[in-house]
Amino acid sequence: MPANLSARLCSFALSLFLIAFALPAFAGPFEDAVAKFANDDFSDTEEAIGVVAGSGNKLAFPIISALQDGRLMADPDSKKVYVTGADGKSIDAATGEPVASLPDSASAVRLNNRLRRSVDAALGSLTLQSPDLSTRLQAAQSVFKSHEETALEAVDAALAKETNRSVKAALGEARAAILLFKSDATEVEKLEAVATLKARGDQEALALLTGMGDQPASVTKAAASAIGSIQSSLAVWSTVQNAWYGLSLGSVLLLAAIGLAITFGVMGVINMAHGEMVMIGAYTTFVVQEVIRTRYPGLFDYSLLIAVPLAFLVAGAIGVLIERSIIRFLYGRPLETLLATWGLSLVLQQAVRTMFGPTNREVGNPSWMSGAFELGQITITYNRLWILLFTLAVFAILLAMLRYTALGLEMRAVTQNRRMAASMGIATSRVDALTFGLGSGIAGIAGVALSQIDNVSPNLGQSYIIDSFMVVVFGGVGNLWGTLVGAFTLGIANKFLEPVAGAVLGKIAILVLIILFIQKRPRGLFALKGRAVEA
Amino acid sequence: MLSKSTHDIAASFSRRGVLAATAGLMLGLASFTGAKAADDTIKVGVLHSLSGTMAISETTLKDTILFLIDEQNKKGGVLGKKLEAVVVDPASNWPLFAEKARELITKDKVSVVFGCWTSVSRKSVLPVFKELNNILFYPVQYEGEESERNVFYTGAAPNQQAIPAVDYLMKEEKVKRWVLAGTDYVYPRTTNKILEAYLKSKGVAQEDIMINYTPFGHSDWQTIVADIKKFGSAGKKTAVVSTINGDANVPFYKELGNQGVKAKDIPVVAFSVGEEELAGIDTKPLVGHLAAWNYFQSIKTPANEKFIKDWQTYTKNPKRVTNDPMEAHVIGFAMWVKAVEKVKSTDPDKVIDALPGIEAPNLTGGVSKMLPNHHITKPVFIGEIKGNGQFDVVWKTPGLVAGDAWSKELDGSKDLIGDWVEKKCGNFNTKTNKCLGSGS
Repeated sequence: MPANLSARLCSFALSLFLIAFALPAFAGPFEDAVAKFANDDFSDTEEAIGVVAGSGNKLAFPIISALQDGRLMADPDSKKVYVTGADGKSIDAATGEPVASLPDSASAVRLNNRLRRSVDAALGSLTLQSPDLSTRLQAAQSVFKSHEETALEAVDAALAKETNRSVKAALGEARAAILLFKSDATEVEKLEAVATLKARGDQEALALLTGMGDQPASVTKAAASAIGSIQSSLAVWSTVQNAWYGLSLGSVLLLAAIGLAITFGVMGVINMAHGEMVMIGAYTTFVVQEVIRTRYPGLFDYSLLIAVPLAFLVAGAIGVLIERSIIRFLYGRPLETLLATWGLSLVLQQAVRTMFGPTNREVGNPSWMSGAFELGQITITYNRLWILLFTLAVFAILLAMLRYTALGLEMRAVTQNRRMAASMGIATSRVDALTFGLGSGIAGIAGVALSQIDNVSPNLGQSYIIDSFMVVVFGGVGNLWGTLVGAFTLGIANKFLEPVAGAVLGKIAILVLIILFIQKRPRGLFALKGRAVEA
Repeated sequence: MLSKSTHDIAASFSRRGVLAATAGLMLGLASFTGAKAADDTIKVGVLHSLSGTMAISETTLKDTILFLIDEQNKKGGVLGKKLEAVVVDPASNWPLFAEKARELITKDKVSVVFGCWTSVSRKSVLPVFKELNNILFYPVQYEGEESERNVFYTGAAPNQQAIPAVDYLMKEEKVKRWVLAGTDYVYPRTTNKILEAYLKSKGVAQEDIMINYTPFGHSDWQTIVADIKKFGSAGKKTAVVSTINGDANVPFYKELGNQGVKAKDIPVVAFSVGEEELAGIDTKPLVGHLAAWNYFQSIKTPANEKFIKDWQTYTKNPKRVTNDPMEAHVIGFAMWVKAVEKVKSTDPDKVIDALPGIEAPNLTGGVSKMLPNHHITKPVFIGEIKGNGQFDVVWKTPGLVAGDAWSKELDGSKDLIGDWVEKKCGNFNTKTNKCLGSGS
């Protein structure tokens, strides 16, 4: 959305330029203020923003919006300030005259956080009546945030003209925020303001109400009851939020564990190199994105879709290779398998470190994976939502594959009774290799998703291996549904414990609970019954 | 060379005596060639993890020392001898740090060691350096509360990073409410203890301070970011002071960006996030978040521009970034070279005595000085993250700040000083006029 918005602002700025060109220039406080931008001093810049925004000059909007986007150029030597348009053409900020080229010493006027807030506030009151709907909404929201008295007139003017309902509501809230802090507002106005904020009912409203300072007694009382009601509604929402966070954490756990549920759960191989398959998937994503960045930048939003099958193939192929070259000699010797796969995990880590370097690699988030939306009073981030859906899809496909395909049937047959399956003419060693490859491939797919929320570094896999084993053992070895339930149970339990106990203690508590649980039910939540258990 | 001469001599003996004779000779030769090698070159130990969790940060420092040695050798080395790097890999394994340190000093006979990143690795090698009396240059910002005879701390002490950062937020951003978020280990815990005491001394109430610890490599930041948002909605300007360690930062910042926590609303000032860490993230949503360091790559001085250019040429990577601990090694290395040249010897005792008072230019235009407490003077910069993964300096201390070995904010340490020049003591109590010694 920001890119979108700034594009709109630019076009708006451009239309204002055209008006500005028609006006004759005159020297005065506006010009003096503009020259201050060239001082490269934050206090001077702040002063200049205030004067320029309040000047009523047609150039005010282009100057401030250019300042926000880093397009306001200043030459410290001549104290001249220029606005560079999105099209690369520049004008003199004080006069509006076009200039052919900028001096070499000109550089963008710098901002810090305090100035960014001033710029937002100034832009807010300047764009309250913009023809574009989302710009108006944005403007009303930034006035709400800054709630400076000077904006009141502009808000009132905009309110009188506004026809859109949501913008009108936002303006009303902005007005309420201003009035609440305005020292000479009447008691009635303030009580209305409190009621408006109570209706808004979110954290920002709460922040304004708690921070409003000295007020008449009736207002303080009304505010106190508003705070109470907002807090109790937020408390309910925070439970919903914890549940959502739990689902989201559960989906990450499930995604990381699902490949292990096959190699360890179904095949019984204690596969310590599982995490490295996840890492290889993440690095595959990195390589795909690198190629796309350099060759086909337009495809960036599809990079993950391309990476998923590739990661499956790469990790799966490595998995088959590992099974054929190492693991098949170690079936039935769990300790040796553990040591061999652990060693293998170190080898793979160091190999990746040598190839890609020890530092993190940047895997970008496509636009549909960034940002968040509000659902009631909770924030749902797109990346977590997509990962949850993706995990469920992977789970469903895997389940269907095991149930309805020939390979799935063979896999189940071999893991349930190897000798019987062999007697029925199934090439068990081929099935072993493919099963291990499948588990590794799915781990690779998990790596694609995890690259969106975690570091892509050689250590990526290590951080998931313990959790993955925990989920599989807790859910019940050999049962995919157990893995699903186990992952979500652990995720939700963790997220409800975390606010109470803190992240560190929460994690410890979960481990202790699992240990106790395993004492009671050594085979996990969903224990396999029958002969398979003995095998 | 050793094997060749052994072979020659061994060949002149009869076959039967060979075994015994070689064994005996080996012993004699080993010490002989050791001494001879020391005559040819001066050995410099490099003790940084090249594998494991910390490789991400420490590998660069190993390269930095190799680069500095290379540059020094081009200038003719030190005392007319070439420097020779001895690189070992302690593999992010704290006990292994001590073993490798011992190996460097006793087997390789190094004159000085540059190394360690985490405080726990430094604590692990301390006894070795004391026992074998060698020198360690430690280049990373740390929690303070230490001053050892054999260690020179070229990174920032808390008063050279954390305190100025908090001052900046109080003054410039008018922050009234504080979240102290850190990874659960000694550096964040001690730093936060110091900061909490400091904030309270500035009149910040207990309920306006939220302290939060997370495990190493924490990756699910949803709850904590939501908590920070909630804490920040109490009507007072809120900021986050982050001592979150390396790897956990990427998901933390991603979550901040996704949940829409903007720097202009709730700024995050970090003490462990530099150019290297940002290289792994898309920094556009993070613009405006802060970091406090004694060096930024973006600082424009002739010394820094030359350093960056030489470094990128040396590593053959025109995009390779530089960072604060690298600069600490640059300063430390220059100080060691100067001290060695001053006393015309690499003998640790002489060099340790010569180092306090030695000055070396830093890369940001000032001259850093080694203090009697084995810390150095450094400027402090506050930088804002820019869209290109670099920092824009928005504030700096007027001059250089002297590093305090012992924090003035904590009750237990405010009377202590480290002084290895006059008092010959790392924890001298100025109230009781006594040296506490190594027992405490």
